[in-house]
Amino acid sequence: MSAPSLAQACAALLRRDLTLAWRRRGDIAMPVLYALIVTTLFPFALGPESALLQRIASGVVLVTVLLAMLLALDALFRSDIEDGSLEQLVLAPQPLALMLAMKILAHWLATALPLIVVAPLLAGMLHLPAAVMPVLLYSLLLATPLLSLLGAVLVALTAGTRRSGMLLALMLLPLCVPVVIFAAGAVAAAQQGLPWLAPIAWLAAALVLLLVLAPLACAAALRIALDA
Amino acid sequence: MTLQHFLAMGGYAAYVWPAYAVFLCVLLADFLAPILRRRRLLRELQARLTRQAARQRQPQPSSDPP
Amino acid sequence: MSKWIPLWLHKLGSPPIFYRFAGVLRPWLLTLALLLGAVALYGGLVLAPADYQQGDAYRIIFIHVPCASMSLVVYGVMAFASFLALIWRIKLAEVVAMQSAPIGAAFTFITLVTGSLWGKPMWGTWWTWDARLTSELVLLFLYLGVIGLYHAFEDRRQGARAAAFLALIGIVNVPIVHFSVNWWNTLHQGATLRLLGPSKIAPAMLWPLLTMMAATQLYFLASLCGRVRSDLLDLESGKDWVRKLASGSRGP
Repeated sequence: MSAPSLAQACAALLRRDLTLAWRRRGDIAMPVLYALIVTTLFPFALGPESALLQRIASGVVLVTVLLAMLLALDALFRSDIEDGSLEQLVLAPQPLALMLAMKILAHWLATALPLIVVAPLLAGMLHLPAAVMPVLLYSLLLATPLLSLLGAVLVALTAGTRRSGMLLALMLLPLCVPVVIFAAGAVAAAQQGLPWLAPIAWLAAALVLLLVLAPLACAAALRIALDA
Repeated sequence: MTLQHFLAMGGYAAYVWPAYAVFLCVLLADFLAPILRRRRLLRELQARLTRQAARQRQPQPSSDPP
Repeated sequence: MSKWIPLWLHKLGSPPIFYRFAGVLRPWLLTLALLLGAVALYGGLVLAPADYQQGDAYRIIFIHVPCASMSLVVYGVMAFASFLALIWRIKLAEVVAMQSAPIGAAFTFITLVTGSLWGKPMWGTWWTWDARLTSELVLLFLYLGVIGLYHAFEDRRQGARAAAFLALIGIVNVPIVHFSVNWWNTLHQGATLRLLGPSKIAPAMLWPLLTMMAATQLYFLASLCGRVRSDLLDLESGKDWVRKLASGSRGP
């Protein structure tokens, strides 16, 4: 049997992870349902006054998506650690960083994409003006992969530890504060009719940087965490 | 400058003195923590060593039924 | 590679030798720190005149600024030790990195609280989300994250390496905290102290501030010595030198 090319290996890993995610379709619905519930709670808590809801809409949607992704992030490596396939991946001849990038991509497709699809609905429930929706989608399209990449590095560090849930939140929070600031800032600027391209550009630049660095850091972190 | 005047801190006493108190208390706690930990460790180590020495002096009775 | 490292530095990497070295050093560092601290407190609280704008409330500066600078310096020490621990797997570097974290967290906490107590009379608010305060709060979270990650592992050395990695990732925040007052419009005032050239502060207020900064540096080193010593005892508890120490000493 001839050795698979790098592209074939990447495609195979991506296909595997997406198939596994599809088999647990219910798990895909969880972050979406969570985001829906949280978003609907805000009008109940703050009153249905449209002006107030409009002001907080972008921030609430962003934070809710962030929290939903945080909940789903814990499961990124968990099942693979439990059945030993992650260690196989570490030992495989293919570059670990690229393999992990495929896993992160699969995870983003399975968790963040549904959230982005449902985000206009969430924003609509909070009366976000329709003109601002595209900006919200751009900022989510850039912010969610950033969160996936940053989160993957931290999940790799806590791989195999026991109480990783709360610890992950504590560690992820400082690192994604700038992402939230820029993403929410873009939508807020758009809402006020101000130019919004600059924060979006910052997010895009950070994404390009992390697309290269995060898988490498993730591979290093995984080696540290799995090395007993 | 009287003690009264000093303690009043120009009317800002409610802010200045708690700030200094936090500074001293937190650093005191930071100072004490390793001391207490070291004492506890040495105590536990001594206990473990005496237990081990006692076990070596008196061989354990066999747990098999006679 | 190790040819250019002097022998005494090499020897210091050994736990029992460092244990003794730190034990000798610590009382001196502590005494000097307390002495300088007392002098600085006297100079700041009693000798220095009241500020013409802020009255006596400005005296919080004598603890706020030293603790703020220490919160960054300690992170630098932690990051450097983390780097050594990850690249060369030096056990002592792991211990120094992990034991710096609680001290750094303490300084950051004091900075935030004293800053808040100073902000209320001066700015009218306990807190604001400007760049400097927010990045300092993020620094506290980073310290807590390092401490939490370290304790989440069964194997202490593995935990130290994972936490060291996190500490290195978080180093980007240190320049953000430092330069935040230059890069953004902040409520927090700009830098008063300058390394080269005159500082924008009266001499009678400057010397207690600098003295207290020196005192906190020395205190950090003293506290680090104490913490590293007790952690070495725990880490090496099975080794002979610790056993001799434990059986030799009767009582604390």
